[in-house]
Amino acid sequence: MLQIESWKRVLIWATVALGLLLAMPNAFYSRVETHNDAVKAIDLGADTTENRDAASTWPGFLPSGLVNLGLDLRGGAHLLAEVQVQDVYAARIDALWPDVRDVLRDARAEVGTIRLQPSAPGELRVRISEPEGMDRALELVRGLARPVVSLTGAGATDLAVSGEEDEVVVTLSEAEKTATDERTIQQSLEIIRRRIDEVGTREPTIQRQGFDRILIQVPGIGSAQELKDIIGTTAQLTFQPVVGRSTDPGTSPGVGNELLPSLDEEGVFYTLEQAPVVTGEELVDAQPAFDQNGQPAVNFRFNPAGARKFGDYTAENIGSPFAIVLDDEVISAPVIQSHIPGGSGIITGNFTIEESTNLAILLRAGALPAELEFLEERTIGPELGQDSIDAGKIATIVAFVAVLVFMGLSYGLFGLFANIALILNIALIFGLLSLIGATLTLPGIAGIVLTVGMAVDANVLVFERIREELRTARGPARAIELGYEKALSAIVDANITTFITAVILYLMGSGPVRGFAVTLGFGILTSVFTAIFVTRLLIVMWFERRRPKTLEV
Amino acid sequence: MRLRLVPQDTNWDFFSRPLLWLGISGVLMVVALVSFFLQGLNYGIDFRGGTTIRTESAESVDVGAYRDALAALELGDVVISEVFDPNFRDDQNVAMVRIQAQEGEEAVSSEVIEQARGALQQVSPDIKFVSVESVGPKVSGELIRTAFIAVALAIGAVLVYIWLRFEWQFALGAVAALVHDIVLTIGIFSEAQIRFDLAIIAALLTIVGYSLNDTVVVFDRVRENLIKYKSKDLKEVLNISINETLSRTFMTSVTTLLALIALFVLGGDVIRGFVFAMIWGVIVGTYSSIFVASIVLLRLGVKRDWSKPTDTTGNQFGDVDA
Repeated sequence: MLQIESWKRVLIWATVALGLLLAMPNAFYSRVETHNDAVKAIDLGADTTENRDAASTWPGFLPSGLVNLGLDLRGGAHLLAEVQVQDVYAARIDALWPDVRDVLRDARAEVGTIRLQPSAPGELRVRISEPEGMDRALELVRGLARPVVSLTGAGATDLAVSGEEDEVVVTLSEAEKTATDERTIQQSLEIIRRRIDEVGTREPTIQRQGFDRILIQVPGIGSAQELKDIIGTTAQLTFQPVVGRSTDPGTSPGVGNELLPSLDEEGVFYTLEQAPVVTGEELVDAQPAFDQNGQPAVNFRFNPAGARKFGDYTAENIGSPFAIVLDDEVISAPVIQSHIPGGSGIITGNFTIEESTNLAILLRAGALPAELEFLEERTIGPELGQDSIDAGKIATIVAFVAVLVFMGLSYGLFGLFANIALILNIALIFGLLSLIGATLTLPGIAGIVLTVGMAVDANVLVFERIREELRTARGPARAIELGYEKALSAIVDANITTFITAVILYLMGSGPVRGFAVTLGFGILTSVFTAIFVTRLLIVMWFERRRPKTLEV
Repeated sequence: MRLRLVPQDTNWDFFSRPLLWLGISGVLMVVALVSFFLQGLNYGIDFRGGTTIRTESAESVDVGAYRDALAALELGDVVISEVFDPNFRDDQNVAMVRIQAQEGEEAVSSEVIEQARGALQQVSPDIKFVSVESVGPKVSGELIRTAFIAVALAIGAVLVYIWLRFEWQFALGAVAALVHDIVLTIGIFSEAQIRFDLAIIAALLTIVGYSLNDTVVVFDRVRENLIKYKSKDLKEVLNISINETLSRTFMTSVTTLLALIALFVLGGDVIRGFVFAMIWGVIVGTYSSIFVASIVLLRLGVKRDWSKPTDTTGNQFGDVDA
């Protein structure tokens, strides 16, 4: 009869306390935010007294997770970009021409003279004057193909070569296209991330959406146009001759030279000739690979113009170092081992596989590999966000008070229990949201307000049931027990169905709608928890103290 | 003295005129559908592409001047409306400008936005653009499709869940009520030409959830009473169940409405359409769980032979301790 074991009581209160603890930082939003920013800055090396002071404004042993504010509340810019993956095919195929020309020219005896034909982008057409030599020509060109580096395209090669009358037609194979698309998108993501990180805004969201789309959300930025400008700036990748190396940042580089820091080695500076030998604009590809000793390395390839310059330079400067510079930082400065003709080369060093993969991405990340088409752009001013927060706060408080008063009037003491549970309920929602670092949007606030209204439902179901049972059951204790017992299936069914819709909203929705789904879903979880555990515990505790003979609900 | 919305023991006959209620619902649904097909919805840019600019200025909004300034740019369909809200400060005059998606544009064109901003700045030099949102037609088409799939999925999932937990007749009754609520909500949006955007889809799904919540509570009681009153006919059992849960139905609807009305009045104009959809949904959802879901259930009839071990049906979860 109306008993709850003590370990269950401890567990219920512990859960509530944990929720309150997790929710607490949100009550001191700006303080905790300053603290978090400072801690992050210190982690990144900016260990100044200022940052230390800022970090100490919030005790470190307390949780410091906050509910992120969505763009519609904080202001900022949102972009949805589509990567034009097919741009890359054309560049890749065009870069192939010198190789194709060379192999066919060497077999002039069999295939005759060759001539490049006009063709659609992403396709290379070469006419040979001796159509009888077609088989030989196809064989030679196919020899240029390399295996596709991807999981799905295992065993396939990157080129599709066919003969049409007297023309050799070269395109990228389907497997290679898939692999290329994937790389292009990864590369675009990486570049966009680098670009935005450089600007150093708080909590940008850069996500891949669907197959070829990228969602970019940056809070606090002035406008979507500003954001597009940042993303649009191409990275400066250059290959520059090295003049000297030093550890003194005050070294005078001399006329025509510049002093740049090293990316990996701290405190090391390189003096470089300012005029680059080749720039990243002439790089067509970079892939992680292994050198002849099985050490991780990076393969790269230039377009024909870049290849010529690079070939000439390496031929003349064997034994001297040259620097690979990205955004004014020296990635590495290998020594030229031999003449590198043909425009492809390999960068070796003390790489781990991960480092070589990253370097390949960085190298490719020089410029955006393909154009971005912007499908959606939204700018929300901070004033509008602040207005929405203010309005949302007032509305939530008024809704809250109205429901509290109404419940008190309707159910008296039991209403008070339900109200305590309701307050805990809101705190728990915030605790959960902070715990997973969810984003609160304006519809999300609406979700919370809706929860305030609907959260009492479970309690109402129980209380109404207790009222009914009081008329028939033997005594108040039995009525309370039966009330909970019989209302449970309705509570569970009703909330599971609502929860299903919240899950579907979350899966199908995006942005603000998702924010709404998250608060609605959490609201259901916490309201069921508070109704069947917390309110019940409160009632049982009250009942144990008072032992009322009659009960009015 | 307690506040009672519903007298303690009601014994109202909800099924004295089933045809009347079905008729009213039917007529309203037909009106809603006719309006939807003839007039269509006032889709926001999420669904039809285009640009909306929200402006704020200290001086009052001169819609005519705005229109003239933008007409010169030949941007096609431009809609300008002033926004009023009790939350605004005295020197806060807000207008919404909507520009259609430009012909032959797959993506968003920043030139259009820049032009429009420039033109408006001419009219009102202190104007601020507090939000500028642009959606390309490519995405808006997909958003509409996703939205429809989401609503369909939600209904499907619920159908299956109720079918599993109850009987198929209950599932059909609940889904009939859902479709009724959604059609009426879309209908009022079409009739009143309230802007229909992505957030409204969220509201629609919430209505689905809420309406179900209500329906399931009634059905749960029906299931219980079918066992309790084996000899009574279905109509009577339904009536008893609705009467027994009536107090709860009103309590929950009122608390939810209280919260929503607070949000409607004080929550700002940005989400007003969204909140309106939900208020409407709660009212319609409450009505439909009594008059649509139950009447459909009554028409379909229900299997009365609950020969399975009855003590667990209806409160499978009843033995869960706190």
